Amino acid sequence: MCSQPHPPIAAAAILEARNVSKSFAGVKALADVSLTLRPGHVHALMGENGAGKSTLMKVLAGLHAVDSGEILLDGRPIRLRSPREALRNGIAMIHQELTPIPDLTVAENILLGHEPAARLLGWIDRRALRSEARRLLDLLQIDLPVTGKMRHLSVAQVQTVEIAKALGHNARVLIMDEPTAAISDREVQALFNVIAMLKQRGVAIVYITHKMDEVFRIADSITVLRDGSHVGTYPAAGLDRGSLIALMVGRPLGAVASKAAAPKGETTLSVRGLSRSGAFHNVSFDVRQGEVLGITGLMGAGRTEMVSAVFGLVAADAGEIRVAGVPVRIRCVADAIRHGIGMVTEDRKAFGLVATMSVQHNMTLASLGDCCVGPLIRRAKESAMAGAGMRTLAIKTSGPRQAVGQLSGGNQQKVVIARSLLAGPSIIILDEPTRGIDVGAKGEVYALVAQLARQGKSIVLVSSELPEVLMLSDRLLVMRQGSVVAELDPSRTSQEEVLRYAMPL
Amino acid sequence: MPCPSETGPFGRCGTAAAMRRLLRQFGIVIALMLIGAALAAATPSFFTAANLINVVRQIAINGILAVGVTFVLLTGGVDLSLGSVVALAGVIAAGFAHPGDYPVVVAAAMGILAGTACGATNGLVITRGGVAPFIVTLGMMTVARGLALVASGGKPVSNMSPDLTRLAGDILGLPVPVLILAAVSLVSWAFLGNTRLGRYVYAVGGNENAARAAGINVNRVKMFAYTLCGALAGLAGVVLAARITTGQPNAAVAYELDAIAAVVIGGTSLSGGVGGIGGTLSGVLLMGVINNGLDLLNVSSYYQQIIKGIIIVGAVWLDRRQKE
Repeated sequence: MCSQPHPPIAAAAILEARNVSKSFAGVKALADVSLTLRPGHVHALMGENGAGKSTLMKVLAGLHAVDSGEILLDGRPIRLRSPREALRNGIAMIHQELTPIPDLTVAENILLGHEPAARLLGWIDRRALRSEARRLLDLLQIDLPVTGKMRHLSVAQVQTVEIAKALGHNARVLIMDEPTAAISDREVQALFNVIAMLKQRGVAIVYITHKMDEVFRIADSITVLRDGSHVGTYPAAGLDRGSLIALMVGRPLGAVASKAAAPKGETTLSVRGLSRSGAFHNVSFDVRQGEVLGITGLMGAGRTEMVSAVFGLVAADAGEIRVAGVPVRIRCVADAIRHGIGMVTEDRKAFGLVATMSVQHNMTLASLGDCCVGPLIRRAKESAMAGAGMRTLAIKTSGPRQAVGQLSGGNQQKVVIARSLLAGPSIIILDEPTRGIDVGAKGEVYALVAQLARQGKSIVLVSSELPEVLMLSDRLLVMRQGSVVAELDPSRTSQEEVLRYAMPL
Repeated sequence: MPCPSETGPFGRCGTAAAMRRLLRQFGIVIALMLIGAALAAATPSFFTAANLINVVRQIAINGILAVGVTFVLLTGGVDLSLGSVVALAGVIAAGFAHPGDYPVVVAAAMGILAGTACGATNGLVITRGGVAPFIVTLGMMTVARGLALVASGGKPVSNMSPDLTRLAGDILGLPVPVLILAAVSLVSWAFLGNTRLGRYVYAVGGNENAARAAGINVNRVKMFAYTLCGALAGLAGVVLAARITTGQPNAAVAYELDAIAAVVIGGTSLSGGVGGIGGTLSGVLLMGVINNGLDLLNVSSYYQQIIKGIIIVGAVWLDRRQKE
């Protein structure tokens, strides 16, 4: 796809990424992406979850090395091997998760790592420290006590301290990852004032957000990424909300798996008023036999937390869960498994696999009781179970004893799916089952979902990939900020409509 | 470097890789054989039946402790209270083992029970209280030592029935402590490899979150590991008391460190999930052979400590290098 011609801009580029590609374990995260950053210019980076925004930023901030393509600083190729090196070259990043040192003062945090100090013994000159911190905050017109502890600041204030810190490093490029995700509207305005200051000082800003109105308020140009590819770069004035959303999602559906044309049976899972403070609120839904219920939303919408509560991984504060009409108490995962609920967790590394164990041992972990006589594991039974799982899901390994960490992302994911299937659930929760796996494996997962539905399983499919949920679901719930805001018919809705519900206003 | 998935164990990766694999799996056994051969060449008194039996006799107590703490380390935890628990169990057992007092079985059982109680307490505070194992068992190290001093009045508990001291004797020319170690090892090895709970020990240490998501009761697995470790420390305490024919409240200081060192030399990861009884026994044996060899070579005990320390760190460093 071609980019539209850039409007003529006087200033020369500070930082440029040219045809950058990056893969992780064989999965393309960025393919041939280019980005040009100019002084005093706010460049918004837009795309769905998993479009490659974070990877691109991390490449610019020195956290990832590129596989191919080049990074140019002031027109000269440069290699950024670490965040430290990026910072030395004037590239700073404000992460979404801020990491202040809470018990140091504001001034100490701002000048962390380059404190004004005597050459001998590195004795810190506290007065110079304070006045330098004061100067940096003044440049941004921020009013904060420099001797106060970081601990007492709000998220928004910590953010401004981080920005001052970047200025202290003479940052010429500032990368901001969803800076307004966790701050109030009033604070957003204050942040925008700070950004205006930075623009005046000639800093180039990369701004990532999911909030549409913000983009049009502060961005000068917008680069849209989709599936790791560069869709295009546009002047912000030339786009509107509708056309931007269309660019973000507008891909033709790829691998077409036929939708589960399964006969729908009785309601198997009913959730009523499920709540957990700070995560999700008053969520209710039903799933029937042979039905695929899609749940989508942006990151942080509370989807994962909500289904984790159904599976007993986190506790809910209130609400009722019924399985086949009978109220059940789910206090831990074993309870959920006993009631026939299985779940494929979102984060394979953190919650899915035991990397130190073999493929076979990972697969049978949730159903070891089925191949035991008393406390003893029957090896033959276990091998048979694992073998069946490997065949059903076509898992490619050198054998059941291979270390699970050596498998590709797609095969690792199949091991996690096989594990939950071997426990024989009638209700299966799939949380982002295709994240980080290649297109071929995605197709196989889609086919599996359809097949399970035909077998009469009830499926809850949580996914941020809109084409995926729209294709696979019989009904679709949209969550936003912890609540279900819409129930849609996937055959009648569009990605644009879903995004309209999902986006925070 | 792992082989490409398509090739077999000795497939196209070639002999160099096969050698590396062999070394990784049996590196410690090979080291043991090399050191043994060197010692046999250096001193005629090493490779004699009497000396070899002496070696295994000396490692028995450390071995029992090491097997117990292997379970804890596999779950990703640590137990620093072992030495104190050994002393407490010894004092308790000795207190019940005056001649004509109680049957020796009762005395031994009381010692083991004391150890089990300490281990269970560790497990309880770690799982229910959520306090780090390092801190909890550090506390138990002091508490158990204090209990041993209280129970004994600070003095060695002597006048032990010969029935109990027989636990440190020989049967058919083999030291009883060695037979106990063999039995404990065999059962533990079979348990870890063949039971559900054994598998869960590895899963919890490998990835606690994933274990929980697979429906495993993580707390119960940890409880089990600490309690078993305590029970085996109790057993070690009874054996030690039998060997020195007294309950010594000041005995066994820092035994936990020797045990942990042996386990780690044997390839069990301190972060959990990797390792096993075979490695632990090799580690225990390696430390025993080196101790014995240095004694035979008349190396001063001051230098022995230095050498031992270097070997511990060196062995783990080599192990890490091989795995990368």
